[in-house]
Amino acid sequence: MKYSFNVNGQNLEVDAPENANLLWTLRERLQLTGTKYGCGAALCGACTVHLDGTPVRACMIPLSMVAGRSVRTIEGLGGEHPLQKAWIEAQVPQCGYCQSGQIMQAVALLEQNPSPSREQILAHMNGNLCRCGTYNRILKAIESVIQQR
Amino acid sequence: MKKSTQSPSPSMSRRKFLIGAGGLTFLVTAASVFPGFSVKEEEDASPHAPPSYQVNAWVHLAPDGSITIMNPAAEMGQGSMTALAVLIAEELDADWSKVRIEHSPVEPDIYGLKFRGRGRGRMITVGSFTVSGYFDALRKAGAQARYVLLSNVAEKWQVPLSELRTEPSLVVHPKSGRSISYGEVATFAKAPATLPEIGEEQLKQPAQFRLIGTYMPRFDIPAKTDGSGQFAMDVVLPGMVYAVINRSPVHGAKPELRNETELKAAEGVLEVVKLEHGVGVIADSVEAALAAKKQMQIEWSKGAKAYEYDSESAPQTYRAIAVQEHYAGTSVLVSQGDAQAALAKAQRRFEADYLNDFVYHAQMEPLNAVVSVAADGRSAEVWAGTQASAGARSAVAEVLGLEVSQVHFHPCYLGGGFGRRSMSDYIEEAAHLAKHIRRPLKLLWTREDDVQYGAFRPMSLQRMQAGVDAEGKLTTWSHCIVGTGNRLLGSGARNPYYDIPNQQIEVRNVEHGIRTKHWRAVGHGPNKFAIEAFLDEIATALQEDPVQLRLRLMKNAPRAAAVLKAAAEMAQWGRAAPAGRARGLAFAERSGALVAGICEISLKADTGKIRVHHFWAAVDAGIVVQPENTLAQMEGGIVHGISSVLHERITFSKGQVQQSNFHNYSLLRMADTPESIAVHIMPSSEKPAGIGEASLPVVGGAIANAFAALTGKRLRHLPFTPERVQQVLEG
Ligand code: FES
Ligand code: FES
Repeated sequence: MKYSFNVNGQNLEVDAPENANLLWTLRERLQLTGTKYGCGAALCGACTVHLDGTPVRACMIPLSMVAGRSVRTIEGLGGEHPLQKAWIEAQVPQCGYCQSGQIMQAVALLEQNPSPSREQILAHMNGNLCRCGTYNRILKAIESVIQQR
Repeated sequence: MKKSTQSPSPSMSRRKFLIGAGGLTFLVTAASVFPGFSVKEEEDASPHAPPSYQVNAWVHLAPDGSITIMNPAAEMGQGSMTALAVLIAEELDADWSKVRIEHSPVEPDIYGLKFRGRGRGRMITVGSFTVSGYFDALRKAGAQARYVLLSNVAEKWQVPLSELRTEPSLVVHPKSGRSISYGEVATFAKAPATLPEIGEEQLKQPAQFRLIGTYMPRFDIPAKTDGSGQFAMDVVLPGMVYAVINRSPVHGAKPELRNETELKAAEGVLEVVKLEHGVGVIADSVEAALAAKKQMQIEWSKGAKAYEYDSESAPQTYRAIAVQEHYAGTSVLVSQGDAQAALAKAQRRFEADYLNDFVYHAQMEPLNAVVSVAADGRSAEVWAGTQASAGARSAVAEVLGLEVSQVHFHPCYLGGGFGRRSMSDYIEEAAHLAKHIRRPLKLLWTREDDVQYGAFRPMSLQRMQAGVDAEGKLTTWSHCIVGTGNRLLGSGARNPYYDIPNQQIEVRNVEHGIRTKHWRAVGHGPNKFAIEAFLDEIATALQEDPVQLRLRLMKNAPRAAAVLKAAAEMAQWGRAAPAGRARGLAFAERSGALVAGICEISLKADTGKIRVHHFWAAVDAGIVVQPENTLAQMEGGIVHGISSVLHERITFSKGQVQQSNFHNYSLLRMADTPESIAVHIMPSSEKPAGIGEASLPVVGGAIANAFAALTGKRLRHLPFTPERVQQVLEG
């Protein structure tokens, strides 16, 4: 089957089976491997991308749902996003595997609300697991971007 | 878009490395890189050992001044990739901004670490010993590389070598005012026929360090913020196929596939492969492989030992074993004085049992590996994130019936290891499947596979007994650990920093036929919990401050005492906690690092939920190569520790793991992380210790002791889930 949608500003047509899913399409068909597989069940947030600007768990999204819509992945941030810089500044990642999802989740928050309270940040980020325990640094990185504004 | 690049075979790349790009590669023989280590002996040489002309190459210097340093260790978030390069760069006097780090080839005879100078080099990243193990050898390698540059410049300028100095990536001759960059030296330098032995006294003194001990941002971090960092899971090769395996739900059960024909006909399915412990399916997409796995009808053989195992009833079994006078599966760890006789004579006796459930690694990247067997079957390439690259490479060669030299291994970043990835089962599986298809194959473990076919930190029971004399001095201590996993159980049971004259410490092992494995800090988690909570019980009974009690015990361990005092000061121990809160402390050593940790908790009495608000920790890890990373490791270990202590538990029913994903194996989430974690690094010029596992062992004791301070009740069974907390409150 052919699916047309936009990824990081580019219109694409992808040939994929009927049961194709967004996560595996991004990773294996488009080689946008910054988006990670962690649980496959909306429990960890490692696969977080934006669908028309809203953060979603790519592992739960059938590709058919994406047709005609816009997806943004970690690669689409370009590396110079203030949150990405803040992440380096605060030396957030350890193993790094959860971090694309963390950053995409945080970017969505600040796009919806440029100055969230700490409680709002925690509530928004709570679905993203980090086994390496980098939560305090994630919080520090997000708050540093809020303060710069 | 990212492409995964294939590098040539190891011998090819080495040759290229030596002559390549007009740059200079420092060639250092294995014996001179490890001067303190034994020279390779004849009988040591295996048929696969590289021929004797092979050399060690840690540093490549290009004419543009860029410096490439090889990293032999797994990078799983602990940061040693950067730390090892810092060691070389420090003595080389390299300009750090010009340094790049690459995974070294998997050649243990060249890049491996010899344990205590004996045996063959090993490439395995475990036990937090990477930095401490390589500390001398890599500084010497850097110093030798610097010597090569100096001697080349001395010859070129016809000046005595002793008149030359170095500044970051610059050789200078103060007398004539001349200087030359390392990059320029690379254009004419020749590697000398022999290299000098570098003695310890020729290395920099800590006061001369420019890089060690300063803020060193980790090399791997930028690639971990833009999605470009490559994990094995991210390798995508042309024509790649995808595999998943349906593994035995009970360890040791054998599969009997009932619907092979139907399965083979399913859309996208290319092969069905029967394995000892499961059935694999290879398909043209991940989705097709996962769908086929769901469709499998497998009958599992009965009779495996694990079928008899229920973790629910294990504590009774363990208690019965703990009281036996003699038990066949006993290993004595410490037998000092006469603990039993001293107990009989003691003025006051204490006894308590502590328990811990199984815990799962839950590394965020589920296990996976990519294996590509050449069309003629005579060589293979492997991409994997592993803590044991050399072992994995040999294991793949064995599965494929190849020489080790025919297997080209590409180490990747690990999305967490924590001990799970020093086992190569997932890489061997991928090799088994790839053998059948001879196309690049990615084996994926789903999260459910990763949980259900996990290998866990073992459950155990700790029977503690102690006695004090009339002066309140602890005269006797016995600690009997009963559980499964044998050698995994004993780490951290010794008390080298506490002065107790009579001690008996032993492990009693029971075989259940289930899979166990090292898990961050191994036995230190459960053992330090039991030791530190038990000491707290004694302190309470003696009405003595727990810091004071420990300081008395640490009278011969000044470094430990200093760490404890530092933590107490940070937390303002002695100052009352805010209403509704209490503090608790614990001390532990792991891989040579000494840590004291103090937490402040509160409790929701109606739900039994414990919340850790603040955590203070002091660490003495000797010379700290990367202070910022040490703070990060300490913080991460504390959060990991809180997660395991409050939430994590794997249970078995009839040998089957009852959890499957993060909904029933929950990890600490961001909203529950402490509001603050403060870490203090003790200044030191002692040899470095390991920091990757240092803080986790103090967490159980600190929380249990804070809970006792808050409620007067003792939590003695990890994890402290809300249900257990409520039982203790009611009981
Ligand atoms: S992989 Fe999608 S939420 Fe975990
Ligand atoms: S950095 Fe390893 S899981 Fe978050």
